[in-house]
Amino acid sequence: MNKNIKLMQGNEACVEGALAAGMKFYAGYPITPSTEIAEISSLKLPRVGGKFIQMEDEIAGMAAVIGGSLAGLKSMTATSGPGFSLKQENIGYAAITEIPCVIVNVQRGGPSTGLPTSPAQGDIMQARWGTHGDHPVIALTPSSVKETFDLTVKAFNYAEKYRMPVMLMLDEVIGHMREKIEIPNREEIEIIDRVKPTCDPDEYKAYEVKDGDIVPKMASFGDGYRYHVTGLVHDETGFPSNDSVIAENLINRLMNKIEDNIDDITNYEEYMLEDADVAIIAYGGTARSAKSAIELAKEEGIKVGLFRPITIWPFLEKEIKELTKKVKKVIVVEMNLGQYVLEVERAADKDCEVFKYGRVNGQLITPDEILEKIKGDVLCLANC
Amino acid sequence: MPSKLLDRYFRMDKLPHIWCPGCGHGIIMKAVVDAIDELGLEKDKVCIVSGIGCSSRAPGYMDFNTLHTTHGRALAFATGIKMANPELHVIVVTGDGDCAAIGGNHLIHAARRNIDITTIVFNNNIYGMTGGQYSPTTPTKEKGTTAPYGNIDKNFDLCELAKASGATYTARSTAYHAKQIKDLTIKGIENKGFSLIESLSICPTYYGRKNKKGDAPEMMKHLKNGTINIKAANKLSKDEIGNKIVIGELYSNKEAEYTEEYQKIIDRMQEGR
Repeated sequence: MNKNIKLMQGNEACVEGALAAGMKFYAGYPITPSTEIAEISSLKLPRVGGKFIQMEDEIAGMAAVIGGSLAGLKSMTATSGPGFSLKQENIGYAAITEIPCVIVNVQRGGPSTGLPTSPAQGDIMQARWGTHGDHPVIALTPSSVKETFDLTVKAFNYAEKYRMPVMLMLDEVIGHMREKIEIPNREEIEIIDRVKPTCDPDEYKAYEVKDGDIVPKMASFGDGYRYHVTGLVHDETGFPSNDSVIAENLINRLMNKIEDNIDDITNYEEYMLEDADVAIIAYGGTARSAKSAIELAKEEGIKVGLFRPITIWPFLEKEIKELTKKVKKVIVVEMNLGQYVLEVERAADKDCEVFKYGRVNGQLITPDEILEKIKGDVLCLANC
Repeated sequence: MPSKLLDRYFRMDKLPHIWCPGCGHGIIMKAVVDAIDELGLEKDKVCIVSGIGCSSRAPGYMDFNTLHTTHGRALAFATGIKMANPELHVIVVTGDGDCAAIGGNHLIHAARRNIDITTIVFNNNIYGMTGGQYSPTTPTKEKGTTAPYGNIDKNFDLCELAKASGATYTARSTAYHAKQIKDLTIKGIENKGFSLIESLSICPTYYGRKNKKGDAPEMMKHLKNGTINIKAANKLSKDEIGNKIVIGELYSNKEAEYTEEYQKIIDRMQEGR
């Protein structure tokens, strides 16, 4: 059996994952450091009968992706900070209209144009609250090239299963780093497709959830089920309504898709936490530095472990609560000035002390720096 | 008694529409449906996309695949739909603010690509839904709630803009000339490429009242008397045409269509496999 082993960038693995998941349409706008995702998509999509379009701006890229998905193709776009901001209104549109799509954000330093070629993890809160109003969010963050492949597949699967926009939050390190990756055979990859209606078109209600279903069945435009899609609050037929009960039911239903299926959406890694006195919480590229810091700590006899959220949103409430019951101290390390840590502080056990270590200068956080922080502020092994 | 056309193409349970008494939009919507009927298009293969605004409420009443999107972005959504399924007849209904202000960039780029989308602009020269603010087609010196001293902006000629951007069919008509809107829409849908039909509407509630244009019948009379057909206009000098608005088919050309060109790439790439 020949193994398909390659050396590639995270951005490249993202496209490979998307193609494996069945992506047939990409619409986007060039932006550093995500551009390779567009370039490789433009190269490979027509070879599999798929389509690529470079739109006039980020907003249009997001809009076209939603249109493409509604017409039946699995669709993706990729961007970075400034573009992620521009896409937000239409991300909310995809959320309320329940149109599956994948948005990749290869994070760079911000705000504004910021540090276009440098890594950051500053869009964690924007992924959660970037679009207005209460809305469901799934955001995943890989920490290797291989995991980028796997999570891109997973992002498409979640998008299709829960009928919503799913965000894949890379950082520039993961996007541009080259690593060995073994690409699995297609038959080994679980692929989930949206469930289409089979009923008589006259009986189809576009936003009705049938017993036993998680989401409404989704017809593509052109399938023979003529229906209406609007970003206005709508009833189960899809038509707008100002009724307060209908509004409440709709938003609650959108939120409960996540809440009721939280175990399916929960992904994380635990590393050397068994007898740890301190837990580092880190994700994406930063988690790799954290792992090295843990090795260094071990050599010095300091027991540190890692909790690595892979699902950034929904927040891993239960797991963080359990973790902070087990360890007395946690430190959240992230390439921002404290975003994920806000949720950790909120959820942490009252007897667990929460520290943070962040950075926004475009430089990676190194293992030595993490270890120093743990030895100093966290454990007070130095002159405290 | 409702006509057969109403029963066949409208979602009767969604009517009456939300437009004000005297608004011209209903006439334009009906003319678009007349065009679809005359062409005999299969309802399941017609997709109507809109943005936000008064005109953008039209798709909700029309029994096709209908998509009411975000403000200004109808053409971008429509582009995704047309790319994904070129078999669909994609028609965008939009307003002057939706299409020429917030969506202006999408308009020029959809035209530039010559993607097979037919765009009907319901141009009432004002933002109606938000209560009468001046738009990119409010004539200079006229008033809106945000131009209390008169608009100092120059107004767009949408057909010229679309033509200059690469549209292969442009036309203009008015809510007074409903049959002409239908005829022009038919040609727009038949054109394999980007078509824009500017349909002048009337907004007695805001534009009319703010600018003392009279009531709805008075404004309709102005659409009749203030316009001149291109065939007649072609025989007159610029001075003779004066400030009359030229209506009719303004531009028609054949150019490569975007989704067909993309299909050629797919075919080429798959042949090589």
